[in-house]
Amino acid sequence: MRFAYRTAVLTATLLISSTALADTEIELIKQQLQALQVNYEQRIKNLEARLLKAEKATQEATVASQEATLASQKIVAPPSQPSLLAQNNFNPAITLTLDGRFASLDNDPDDYELPGFALGGESGLGSQGFSLGESELLISSNIDNNLYGQATIGFHDDDGSTEVDLEEAFIQTLGLGKGLTLKAGRFFSAIGYLNEQHAHAWDFADAPLIYRGLFGDQFKDDGLQVSYIAPTDTFLQLGVELLSGGSFPAGGDHEGAGATTIFANVGGDIGIEHSWQVGLNYWQSNDIEGRTSGGHSHGDESDAETPSFSGDSQIYAMDVVYKWAPNGNPTNQNLKLQFEYFDRSEDGEVEMLNSGPPSESTSYDGSQQGWYAQAIYQFKPQWSAGLRYDQLGSDNKGSDSDALAEAGLDNEGLKPKRISAMLAWLPSEFSRIRLQYNHDKSYGQSDNQIFLQYTTSIGSHGGHQY
Amino acid sequence: MFQSFIKKFFVLFSLVLPFYAQAQINVFTCEPEWAALTQALGGGNVAVTSATTAMQDPHHIQARPSLISKVRQADFLVCTGAGLEEGWLPLLLRKSGNPNVQLGQIGQFMAANYTQLLEKPTILDRSQGHIHSAGNPHFHLDPARIISIAPALTDALINVDPANQLQYQTNLALFTQQWQQAMKRWKQISQPLQGKRVVVSHNNWGYLLRWLGMERIATLEPLPGVPPSSAHLSKLLAKQKQIPADMILNASYQNARPARWLSEHASIPIATLPLSPSVNESLFQWFDRLLNQILSAK
Repeated sequence: MRFAYRTAVLTATLLISSTALADTEIELIKQQLQALQVNYEQRIKNLEARLLKAEKATQEATVASQEATLASQKIVAPPSQPSLLAQNNFNPAITLTLDGRFASLDNDPDDYELPGFALGGESGLGSQGFSLGESELLISSNIDNNLYGQATIGFHDDDGSTEVDLEEAFIQTLGLGKGLTLKAGRFFSAIGYLNEQHAHAWDFADAPLIYRGLFGDQFKDDGLQVSYIAPTDTFLQLGVELLSGGSFPAGGDHEGAGATTIFANVGGDIGIEHSWQVGLNYWQSNDIEGRTSGGHSHGDESDAETPSFSGDSQIYAMDVVYKWAPNGNPTNQNLKLQFEYFDRSEDGEVEMLNSGPPSESTSYDGSQQGWYAQAIYQFKPQWSAGLRYDQLGSDNKGSDSDALAEAGLDNEGLKPKRISAMLAWLPSEFSRIRLQYNHDKSYGQSDNQIFLQYTTSIGSHGGHQY
Repeated sequence: MFQSFIKKFFVLFSLVLPFYAQAQINVFTCEPEWAALTQALGGGNVAVTSATTAMQDPHHIQARPSLISKVRQADFLVCTGAGLEEGWLPLLLRKSGNPNVQLGQIGQFMAANYTQLLEKPTILDRSQGHIHSAGNPHFHLDPARIISIAPALTDALINVDPANQLQYQTNLALFTQQWQQAMKRWKQISQPLQGKRVVVSHNNWGYLLRWLGMERIATLEPLPGVPPSSAHLSKLLAKQKQIPADMILNASYQNARPARWLSEHASIPIATLPLSPSVNESLFQWFDRLLNQILSAK
C-alpha cells in the first residue's frame, strides 16, 4: 500500500514536476527560440544593410569609371601617334600591279596595222598565248608640307627582254591656294579623259583605237602643268601644259615648250544618283622633228624603212563621262557611259628613213579623227560587263602617194572599226579577272580576239580618278 | 554703246558683290554625322555640306567633280579619319589645291584623333579582307564618344573662326546638356535590348552594341568587305539553330539580299538601320529613329 502510494506520489510529482519541468523547458525553449529569432533578424538586417551599401558602392564605382573613361577619351591623341591619313609613317606608299593575260588572236599580231595612222609608241596587240602584261610600280608620298611626289615605273616584255619605262615622275603642289595646282616632271597629259588613267584602271584590256592611233596608247611628256579650279559649285577646271615636245606623237629637241596643251573640264552632280563631266582639249606641237613610227619594212630589221614626220601638229579633243548609281552608292550597282572624240591635223613632210639615197619623202597634209563610246555596267556586287565601239577615219594627202602608202598613211579606203565586249569579276578592290572579246576591223582582214586577263595590286592602294 | 553697257554691268556687279560676301564658314564634312554635329555646334555661322548620305557606303565614294569643287571652297573639313576615307579623300585634297584643309592644318579635323578606337586588328594583311589598321572607324555610333569629340570640334571651329568664339561655346554647352539628357532617356528606353543577340551584315555596329549591352554572335560577311556565299550563309543558318539570334542588323546602304535570306530561313526579323543621319536631320532625331528601328524590329 505504502509502495503504491509512494509510486503514485512519485509519478504524480514526476508528472507535475515534468509538466512543470516541461513548462519551464518549453518556456526555456520558447525563450531560446525567441532569442534566436531576434538574433537572426538582427543579423539579416545587418547583412541587408551591408548589401545595400555594397551595391551603392559598385554603382558609384561604375559611374566613376565611366566618367574616368570619358575623361580619358577627351585626351587628344599624343602627338607621336602617326596621322591616320598617311601610310607607313615616313615611308612612301608603294603599290605594285601584277597583270597577265592569255590572248587568242585569229590574225598574226605582227600583221597589225591601222591604215591612215602611222603607229608608234606602245601600240600593238601584244603576243599570242600566255604573256605578262605590264607590271607597274607606283611610289608616292608627300614630300613636305608644300609638295607631293609620285613615280610610276612600268616593266613590260618586248620580244623576250624586259623594258623599263619611267611612265611618271612628277612633283605636285599641295594646297597652293586659290584653286591652283602645279605639276612638274613627267606625267600623263590631261588631254582626253582616259589618258590620265593608269592602264590597270582601264575598263578594257586594251586602249581605244584612237588612243592607239594617235598616242601609241597613252601620251606622256616632260614639262609643267598648271591647273586652276574656279570657286564655283559646278566644277570648272582650266589648265595649261608646257611640254618638251620630245615624246610621241611630237618629236625632236625644242627650245622652250615643244608642245602645249590647253584643257578645260566642267562637271557636277544631277541629284544624288547622277554625275557627269565634259572636257575640251587642245594640243599642239609645232616644229616636230623626226617623229618616227612603225611602218612597212623590207627585209632586215636594222635598216627597216621608217617613216619620219616633221612639221606641225594640232589635236582637238572632247570627252563626255556620265555615271549613275542607285542612291549614289556605287558599291553594289553602277553604270558608266563614256565618249571621246579626237581630231588631228598635221602639216609638214614625211621622209622614209633608210630607203636608200635618195630617200623617199613626201609633203604631208594629214587629217585624222576618231572616236569611241563605251558603257560599263556593274550589275551586281563584284561583277561588271562592258561594251565599246571604236571608229576611226583619215584623209591624208601628200605629193607622193607611194611614199604615203609606204608610211602607212594611206587609209586604203577603210574606216578602222572595232567592237569589244567584256565581263569582269572583281573579288576585291585589289584583284580583277576579265574576259574580253574584240571583233577588230582595223585593217582589211578582220580579226577575232579573245583575252583572258588578271590584274591585281599589292600594297597601299590610293583612290582612282573620276 | 557697248562700253557703257560694260560700265553699267560692272557698277551693278560691284553693288551686288557685298551681299555675296562670305559671312559663313564653309564646312565640308565627309559623313552626315559630322555635318549634323558641326551644324549643332556652329549654328548660323556655318554652311555645312556632307560628301555622303546615309544611303552611301562611305568606303566607296568617287572623287568626282562636285566634291572637288566643294573641297576647293571649304574653310573647314571634318571627317572620320582612321582610314575610312583613304580611297577618296586624299585625292580630293590634292586636286582641290586648297591650303586650309590639308593634313595638319587647322582647317582639317579628323574625329578619330580625339577618341580611342576599338577592335584594332591583330593581323594586318589583305587576306583578312578590307580591314582598318587603326581600328573600327564607326565610332560615331557610341553616344559617349560624340560627347567627348564635341569639345574638340568646338575648339577647332574656334581656331578657324575666332570671332564667333562665344557663340560656339554657348552652342557646345547647350548641345552637351541636351545630349546628356538624351543619353539618359535612350538608356532607359533601350533597357529591353540588354543581352539580346544579333547577327550583323558587316561589322559597323560594334560601338552601338556595346553601349546597348547587346551581343554580336555572327557576321554575314565571312571577311570584311567580302559578300557571303550561299555556302557561308547555310553554315550561319545551322549555327542559328544552335545559338539563335534575336535579330539581324543591316545598314540601309547595304545590299539586303543576304540579310533577307537568313531572316526568312531562320525566322528572325531584320532591323534596317541608318548608319548616319539623313539630310537636315539632327543627331538627336537620327539616334531616336535608330533606336526605334531596333526596338520595333519584328
